[in-house]
Amino acid sequence: MMRLRHIAAILLRQYYLFRGSPARVLPLFVWAAVDIVLWGFITRYLNAITPSELNFVPALLGAVLLWDFFTRVMYGVTTTFLEDVWSRNFLNLFATPLSITEYLGGMVVSSIATSFIGLIVMLVLAIAAFNLSFFIYGLLLVPFVLVLFLSGIGLGVLACALVLRYGPAAEWFVWPIPAALSPFAAVFYPLATLPPWMQYVAHLLPPSYIFESMRAILAGRPPSGMGLLWGLSLALLYILLAGWYFTRIYRHAVRTGLIARYSAETAS
Amino acid sequence: MTTERSGAPGAPAVEKVLAANDLCKCYGRTVAVDGVSFEVGRNEIVGLLGPNGAGKTTIINMVLGILEPTAGTIHIEGMDIARHRRRALARTNFTAVYAPLPGNLTVYQNLRFFGLLYGVDGLARKIDELLEHFEIARFRHSKCGVLSSGEQTRAGLAKALLNQPHLLLLDEPTASLDPASARDIRAKICAFAAQEAVGVLWTSHNMAEVEKVCDRVLFLSHGKILLEGNPKTLPGEYGKETLEDLFVAVAREPLTLENNGT
Repeated sequence: MMRLRHIAAILLRQYYLFRGSPARVLPLFVWAAVDIVLWGFITRYLNAITPSELNFVPALLGAVLLWDFFTRVMYGVTTTFLEDVWSRNFLNLFATPLSITEYLGGMVVSSIATSFIGLIVMLVLAIAAFNLSFFIYGLLLVPFVLVLFLSGIGLGVLACALVLRYGPAAEWFVWPIPAALSPFAAVFYPLATLPPWMQYVAHLLPPSYIFESMRAILAGRPPSGMGLLWGLSLALLYILLAGWYFTRIYRHAVRTGLIARYSAETAS
Repeated sequence: MTTERSGAPGAPAVEKVLAANDLCKCYGRTVAVDGVSFEVGRNEIVGLLGPNGAGKTTIINMVLGILEPTAGTIHIEGMDIARHRRRALARTNFTAVYAPLPGNLTVYQNLRFFGLLYGVDGLARKIDELLEHFEIARFRHSKCGVLSSGEQTRAGLAKALLNQPHLLLLDEPTASLDPASARDIRAKICAFAAQEAVGVLWTSHNMAEVEKVCDRVLFLSHGKILLEGNPKTLPGEYGKETLEDLFVAVAREPLTLENNGT
């Protein structure tokens, strides 16, 4: 049975760490804000030089905002885990009655808090400075955000499992994952632009269904309900798989002694 | 929970807090712990001694559930840690020089965090008591990372006693303390062990300390228990003057002692 007190402990620890630590607070929204400003001006420029009626603000800036949200969710999960890596806390942590499910639950709740802070800052900036409006998407914005959130959670847990498996140095692997996925997720262009093999990969990525749906709405077409359902199903499946993989890696680490001597980076 | 007599005939009955049975841990072909069985009773302080690499920390890690034995079982208050990990660990705690509290949290924040994980009732009051008990109340709002090693040891001990453990594992708890502080800490741990009826497994390389605090010692060498007995009488049984002499002999000539003992 999952104990809320244990999840609250993880959340409280994160709160303590963020409180009074600009080095932790600023990344929640600074890079996302920079992205919004950069793409805001790019879209404004594109709107100015393009003779068509196409408005690039919702097409590009909206996509950037949602992709950044997805990235923040993933980083929210991984940084909670990395705090224990950085402070070499595995021994103290895993010798408590905390279960792996509760630990993962704590990461998710912590990520909800941090990613929504980033989302709010990005929304305020995009709306105030560049007139971005999400009203055009209506209620569909809810499944859009939900699928991206679930995808970020799944990817974050997978990244944590990889760092647990390959040691602290594998941290470098975490940060570029969203950038590496973005060409496949078709954030800025229709899926049809991609070569066939990339399209196959894209169909396995839940965010690609969201960005296709966004573009469909902007083009005046109804989004694919099946596509959204498939994206949601994939995101849920990936969370289950990532949780299963993390648990498996944790058990391997307990069996091989990796938890007990994590800083040694043994990967046997 | 089982009750049995241990030690010499006529010794008082002790309840087993910890029972390790035929524990083995292998890393590939390397055998770190080789068929170790021992018990720790309530109100008993057991010293786990041996040279570096003998398997002491490996045993402690297995008792803490962060290392899976290759073979054998561990029962904490009768609960198999492999099957009842959460319940068993709720009654256990530890401190070790190689596992300091996270340095980026204050002493209070660390104690609150771990207190929640251990499900401590009346946590705020408990934290206040422990901060006073270990004389670190003035460091309440100091980051653990900026404390001296002695202060960090005290903070670690405060964490170790947060949940009123029935089984306390101490891996060289006084290693980084000056003699005066070490004496003080030893007295506090012994008082806790006596008052709260806990069992303590204590590793140390300080044989004078072991002789003072431990009711019983286990000498490990190459992953096996070589000798076991009262730290005050054991050296004489093996023709040594002091426990330190016996320790040196275990480290240098384990086979000789093994043969003498059989």
